[in-house]
Amino acid sequence: MTTFTDTAFTALQLLTQLDPLLWSIVGRSLWVSVLATAMACSLGVVLGAWLGVARFAGRDALLTVLNTLLALPSVVVGLLVYLLLSRTGPLGSLGWLFSLKAMVLAQTVLVLPVVTALTRQCVEDAERNHGEQLQSLGAKPWLRSVLLAWDERYALLTVLIAAFGRAISEVGAVMVVGGNIEGFTRVMTTAIALETSKGDLPLALALGLVLMAVVLLLNVLISALRRWRQRIDGAGADPVQGVLV
Amino acid sequence: MSAVLTLRDVSVQFDTHKALQGVNLQMQAGERVALVGANGSGKSTLLRVAHGLLHVSAGQVNVASDLSQAMVFQRPHMLRTSVLRFVVWGLWLQGMPWREAHARAMQALKRVGLQDMAERSARTLSGGQQQRLALARAWALQPNFVLLDEPTSSLDPHAKREVERLLAEWVASTEASLLFSSHNLGQVKRLATRVIYLEAGRVLADLPVDEFFNRPLGESHPEAHLFLKGELG
Repeated sequence: MTTFTDTAFTALQLLTQLDPLLWSIVGRSLWVSVLATAMACSLGVVLGAWLGVARFAGRDALLTVLNTLLALPSVVVGLLVYLLLSRTGPLGSLGWLFSLKAMVLAQTVLVLPVVTALTRQCVEDAERNHGEQLQSLGAKPWLRSVLLAWDERYALLTVLIAAFGRAISEVGAVMVVGGNIEGFTRVMTTAIALETSKGDLPLALALGLVLMAVVLLLNVLISALRRWRQRIDGAGADPVQGVLV
Repeated sequence: MSAVLTLRDVSVQFDTHKALQGVNLQMQAGERVALVGANGSGKSTLLRVAHGLLHVSAGQVNVASDLSQAMVFQRPHMLRTSVLRFVVWGLWLQGMPWREAHARAMQALKRVGLQDMAERSARTLSGGQQQRLALARAWALQPNFVLLDEPTSSLDPHAKREVERLLAEWVASTEASLLFSSHNLGQVKRLATRVIYLEAGRVLADLPVDEFFNRPLGESHPEAHLFLKGELG
């Protein structure tokens, strides 16, 4: 019990005294995950919106692959990106391995299926409701996908927040491709794993608290967004309610 | 008079279900044709084929090249936008510049009595108001071929009367051809000049409205006769 209370007290001290090591790790984590989420969303929303409307041979198989990728373990993503970026890999000449760029790339790959699959679901549901009317007005599939993605913009904001949650809370991929180098590629999750194994529990706990706070904040944002939407639109279900963060 | 729509031996099949079977139909400009029949008889499918929303499994569909169409669906689904923009979007999608579309949309809203709600979210409207808004959007397109899929069937009696009044006004003020489906035989009598009775995807009667309702159909069109007997009691 003493260990627990001492650890918690020291962790709180680190937080309140704005420990530079702790907050530099937090800042790096946020930067990597924000960038990865932005990149994954830029591509994933476009791809998902198109998949929500387009009908073509092999679409079902593609969706099965996409849904499978949702469960892709982050260490496997790390391994794949590692192979891509290793000196003998196809992208080895970039020299990104064990850098923040590699971590951003790994998180982007990890989050891309999440954004694409959830966007596809939102837009496909919207297409079921509005597609015929838009088609009746002359909107071709590509235009319908843009219009419906715009119409589902609040649900897509929820997708964005969920994607960020997935990115910032993963550990395997960034550990493999970043190397957890102190002051350079160490982020919250990798630091927690390392400090716990070293026995430096206060720093691990402090980082854990920050991570929990970030995730809590994201969930509060999702709820606020949903309430705001319902106030504006009257009723109307959120297609991605209960998204895991 | 020229034909606005011609269907020759049109069949539509969804998996094993035959929604339309060998349908032949020619509609002249200015005609107002009602499609009647039980649920699942193929009314909505025929409307969607005529509007180009469904591909046929067999047969030919010819639509006059100079035709501008507008369709009102049974349940209008509102986009997440204002009442005014809901109409403006429709016009913009048809290629009208935004500013011009704005002015036209306001006229259309006045026509259906929604001008005071122009800035309200379209999704907060009642069912009747939403259907009036869908009518406004169709009216704003100034089509010469209008398709209506059971436009009042999902509405309460008050909203139904209001939408019917607007439809009657529209029909009286336009030369446009009208193809609509309805379960409301009173509405069919008021709006149509010709009635097509469908059963299991086949056209079993195609008659002028007076003949359909006033001529004894027992021998010439026994299925339509039974349908009318069931509906009118």
